[in-house]
Amino acid sequence: MKTTRRQFIKISSLGIGGAAIAGSGFSMIDFFNLKSKKRTYDLSELNRYPTYCDVCFWKCAGWAYTNKAGKIIKLEGNKKDTHCRGRFCPRGTGGLGMYYDKDRLKTPLIRVEKDGKQSFREASWEEALELVASKMKGIRDKYGQESFALIKHGTPGKHFEHLFNAYGSDTIAEPAYAQCRGPRAEGFKLTFGTTVGSPEATDIRDAKCIVLIGSHIGENMHNSQVQELSDAIDRGISIITVDPRLSTVANKSKYWLPIRPSTDIALLLSWIHVLIYEGLYDKPYVDKYCSGFEELKEHVRHFTPEWAYNITDIKPKKIRDSAREMAKASPAVIVHPGRHVVWYGDDTQRTRAIAILNALLGSWGRRGGFYFKEKKKIPNYPHPGYPEPKWTWKDLNKKYPFAHSGITTEVIRASIPGVDGEHKVKAWMVAGTNLTQSIPDKNLTLKAIENLEFLVVVDLMPMEITGYADVILPECSYLERYDPIRSSTFRTPSIALRSPAAKPKYKSKPAWWMAKQLGKKLGLNEYFNYDDYAEVLDWQLKQIGTSLEEMKKIGVKNFERESGALYLKDNENYRFKTPSGKIELYSKKLKDAGFDPMPIYVAHAKPDEKYYRLIYGRAPMHTFSKTINNPYLNDLKDENFIWINPRIAKIWNIKRNQKIWIKNQDGIISKFPVKVRLTERIRWDSVYMVHGFGHDNKNLSRAYGKGASDSDMITNIKTDPLMGGTGLRENFITFLLDNPHKNVEL
Amino acid sequence: MRYVMVIDTLKCVGCSDCVVACQTENDVPFGYCRDWVTETVTGTYPHVEMELRSERCNHCENPPCVRTCPTGASHVAEGGIVVVTGNECIGCGACIESCPYDARYQHPEEGYVDKCTFCIHRVEKGLKPACVSVCPTRCMYFGDIHDPNSEVAKLLAERKYKVLAPEAGTKPRIYYLI
Repeated sequence: MKTTRRQFIKISSLGIGGAAIAGSGFSMIDFFNLKSKKRTYDLSELNRYPTYCDVCFWKCAGWAYTNKAGKIIKLEGNKKDTHCRGRFCPRGTGGLGMYYDKDRLKTPLIRVEKDGKQSFREASWEEALELVASKMKGIRDKYGQESFALIKHGTPGKHFEHLFNAYGSDTIAEPAYAQCRGPRAEGFKLTFGTTVGSPEATDIRDAKCIVLIGSHIGENMHNSQVQELSDAIDRGISIITVDPRLSTVANKSKYWLPIRPSTDIALLLSWIHVLIYEGLYDKPYVDKYCSGFEELKEHVRHFTPEWAYNITDIKPKKIRDSAREMAKASPAVIVHPGRHVVWYGDDTQRTRAIAILNALLGSWGRRGGFYFKEKKKIPNYPHPGYPEPKWTWKDLNKKYPFAHSGITTEVIRASIPGVDGEHKVKAWMVAGTNLTQSIPDKNLTLKAIENLEFLVVVDLMPMEITGYADVILPECSYLERYDPIRSSTFRTPSIALRSPAAKPKYKSKPAWWMAKQLGKKLGLNEYFNYDDYAEVLDWQLKQIGTSLEEMKKIGVKNFERESGALYLKDNENYRFKTPSGKIELYSKKLKDAGFDPMPIYVAHAKPDEKYYRLIYGRAPMHTFSKTINNPYLNDLKDENFIWINPRIAKIWNIKRNQKIWIKNQDGIISKFPVKVRLTERIRWDSVYMVHGFGHDNKNLSRAYGKGASDSDMITNIKTDPLMGGTGLRENFITFLLDNPHKNVEL
Repeated sequence: MRYVMVIDTLKCVGCSDCVVACQTENDVPFGYCRDWVTETVTGTYPHVEMELRSERCNHCENPPCVRTCPTGASHVAEGGIVVVTGNECIGCGACIESCPYDARYQHPEEGYVDKCTFCIHRVEKGLKPACVSVCPTRCMYFGDIHDPNSEVAKLLAERKYKVLAPEAGTKPRIYYLI
């Protein structure tokens, strides 16, 4: 980036890092003493504090154990918790590293300029918050408070959402929608009238067959799903996996369909064709609950497996056999909706096809298919009503009629003069999301940042986004704070408590405290009518028949269902929450809005010669870019590799473990080299990388310069016209064998 | 009584939770491990198969590390567990060299040689080893192979399995279901 107003600042280059460590009373020596001292402890002699994990969004509940000196020494899952059944995944077990990471943000920082050189200086909380509050007031007076946007992720976001709503801004977005699971939410809502929830309402426990389309359970450690699938393997579940890569779960599958990337809709349509024209679908279910079957039947008439073979590379017999396998298990079959589904810009339509396939198999509302999810309603702590904003995130989404949540990229566009008409957004608070890694087309994000009048970033770690902030507010880790009660959809409603197991290290603070202090400075005291968030939790818990005291002892509380049975009863009259009350195979809603009422296959771009489609995914021990610096998890995997098929490598004369640079179709070159993994697990036309690596902030001492960033390579965005999802998988890369950079320090 | 571990490669996803759980349970220093995950891939695309294995000390019936130890620090304890007494170990490294599974490391600060103990301190209290109790796929089983009613004995009676490097003659006691 050509630096102008907002130079990227590397925090440690200012010498304040050392000062902060000295001031904190913490040193690496403490840490290693903890590590090296031989201990054989008995968990029952230790103190334990309930928490729910913050390393990913599955929010598994567990315990943080502290020794006599008050040090947190171990994290374990809570046996009563449905999300983890007493077993954290590697990230949950290694969550300890978030607390102990010496690279954590340690004190509030404020951007200053001296002799044309910008740097951060340490600030007191009072000074930093006063500055944020004065900017919030300034934006309100100058443009209206709606022009101050909140971009957030996870639990800190909840506290700031309350602050922003009280302040009068609902210009709020999170990358979890348009950069991740948004299309699935809309595709299922259009079909079944409801979303699949999180954790998804997949009844893997009782399924006889599961179909995974690009979804790599086991590499994504969505805990309860991994556990249920593993149990199901013991029971003999048949797995069908569609993936251009032999994923871990593809290797456990009865049918692996190594599809040509971007052709999934053709495969789905041909499966639908087989089910209908071979009479394999659940006829009584479809007759009773679905509308538009005749239109669908006509629509897929010509989408035979032979037609699909030419597009997908999957042999017709395999398409037929796998469709029959699903039908054999029906209704105890799940065509998994996936989670990160922003691929090619027709993603809502693809998830519609998945939903339709499930409907034909009669799996929605059936044992072994999708259960009717339920969650515990938690009453809001009393506060006055929020003021009515003049405009909200909805006004930024107008181009996308089926968007039901803020689109981060639209907030970004509205922050740049002359991009999309009005330049409405003037300032951001970014909480808990590393925007330069989580949002594609980094240059657009940087351009928006360039135009902001103010940027405040709240984070635990010196993620790249902090380098662009005017003010950085250091949040404490989840092991050091209270947070809102976890209440997620599942088979049975449950709640979980997050409580502090230790005092915040350094000068970090919980997000609820920051939000409250800012509220006070903005004259919004009545919205924060408590001294400690524990009071809020205790009040809320008492409304639902428990208390903070009880929850501190048990951590998790499971409740009886109140919404009725988990599954449809035989021949039950059931009204779906769609306009017709039926499962809509044909969507009039889409038709009326000018879109295809049933999914169609449209060919996508293919890589040019010597270019390969970039496919990215997860490694089980990491959550995006968030965990790469975590000492425990970094120890397991400290860099990503680029997976290349050996036949391709031979053409290029690339060797195993060779360090290469990658360049995309727009000429963007990776900042750092990435090691080559030669493997037969990947197709010839594609390469694969684990997402989240290639950090370029030196303050992340373990993560800096390790591997390459897939996000940097994603500059071609295929936007979903229905809901604004940013399709990320039409980016192609080629290899550079010699260092294209001069003077890049490694 | 003979403790063994049975690991189901058909369920393992290679997540390495066993590795982190061991590290936090046993104070394993960063950069070292007592257990680890390997992946082997065979075939050519798209006819490919792979195997994921959580590996550790095999607590062999015929342990070369015990034979080569000059001080007796490496020894076989109750239940057939191969252990190292830290303060008797002189750090000579003979055991490290002799182990065909590369299961041992020298502790960078304490100097003694360290390895998997089957979490005997937990087992004595009626708990499972840390790796077994944390595994989200429940692909690991621990128990007494001499007890015909144990989970491990039953699994080995019913399922196809293999051991690693049988040609080394060490009689390893970690069994992999395949």
